[in-house]
Amino acid sequence: MADGTRREDERTEPPDNEAALSARLKRLGERLDQASRPSETDFGARQTNDTSAFARGFRLSTELVGGVLVGAGLGWLLDRWLGTTPWGLIVFLLLGFAAGVLNVMRAAGVAPDRNLKD
Amino acid sequence: MDPIHQFTIVNLFPIGKIGNAEIFFTNSALFMVAAVILLTGFLVVGTAGAKPVPGRLQSAAELTYEFVATMLRSTGGNEGMRFFPFVFTIFMFVLLLNLFGLIPYGFSVTSHVIITSVLALTVFFTVLIYGLVRHGLHFFNLFVPKGVPIYILPMIVAIEILSFISRPISHSVRLFANMLAGHIALQVFAGFIILLGTALGTIGWIGGVLPFAMIVALFALEALVAFLQAYVFAILTCIYLNDAIHPGH
Repeated sequence: MADGTRREDERTEPPDNEAALSARLKRLGERLDQASRPSETDFGARQTNDTSAFARGFRLSTELVGGVLVGAGLGWLLDRWLGTTPWGLIVFLLLGFAAGVLNVMRAAGVAPDRNLKD
Repeated sequence: MDPIHQFTIVNLFPIGKIGNAEIFFTNSALFMVAAVILLTGFLVVGTAGAKPVPGRLQSAAELTYEFVATMLRSTGGNEGMRFFPFVFTIFMFVLLLNLFGLIPYGFSVTSHVIITSVLALTVFFTVLIYGLVRHGLHFFNLFVPKGVPIYILPMIVAIEILSFISRPISHSVRLFANMLAGHIALQVFAGFIILLGTALGTIGWIGGVLPFAMIVALFALEALVAFLQAYVFAILTCIYLNDAIHPGH
């Protein structure tokens, strides 16, 4: 569908006209905005819109590391209490990694947040 | 010259004893007390004799109120407003402490992980206790997403619980690491000027303009980060509190 509209644009406007070129660029920008909107609105509504990219990247990395650390810590503690070395650590490290990935996906707005389900 | 030196805790005077450990009033405590006094003063003076047409200070006080209230309503709905004093206090406290760190000879309290983790744990236990008191065992629905096949449910629940427990870690580490990294970067670039000047003499001092320009830019960035991290800390608090108010269905 995107291809069809693009070809139409090219046919109706002379390509070397500068005004037409900027109009086409503007339309392309609008189409790109539309294409990227769904993920943006999920996330933009609750998330900090004006967060710099650095802060966002940092937030995502701490989410992942936090999940892994908690998994490893819990597994290690369970091993110490129950004497199940090394199974607790193995299982909980894997679960912790999954939890970290889940955190990241929630923070990035890729996975639906449980709060928004109702 | 040591970029870590700025974070040293200095004991100012002893204020008591717990067991054998002496409790000191430290520079960190001093800045926290200063933040509380400044914040209280700002709001008390700003709202005293409130007029329909607000003056400067009243405007500023109302602006901060509106800002936090909007943030809270957009995440927790009107019910979230019962946590307004809590979230407002956390936001303003963290914001002021972050900004204090930018004042020359200041001390950035929030660059100590103990401070941020206590704040994050306070939020965590508030969510846990309020959720349990308000919803009883229904609160644990938080860990049971709907529409999950029964045979993978145990694993999903384990993952959700780990994800819940990992919150205070990312919540606190984000604030502390941002402040720590920013202040170390500032100090390192400041150290470059001294190094250049002492090593190369006059040419070095002139060349020191470059790191100095970098410090100016970094300082502007740090001012932004100070506000942004306080905002992020507060909005995450709101999101977590929302779980206590509406834990799944």
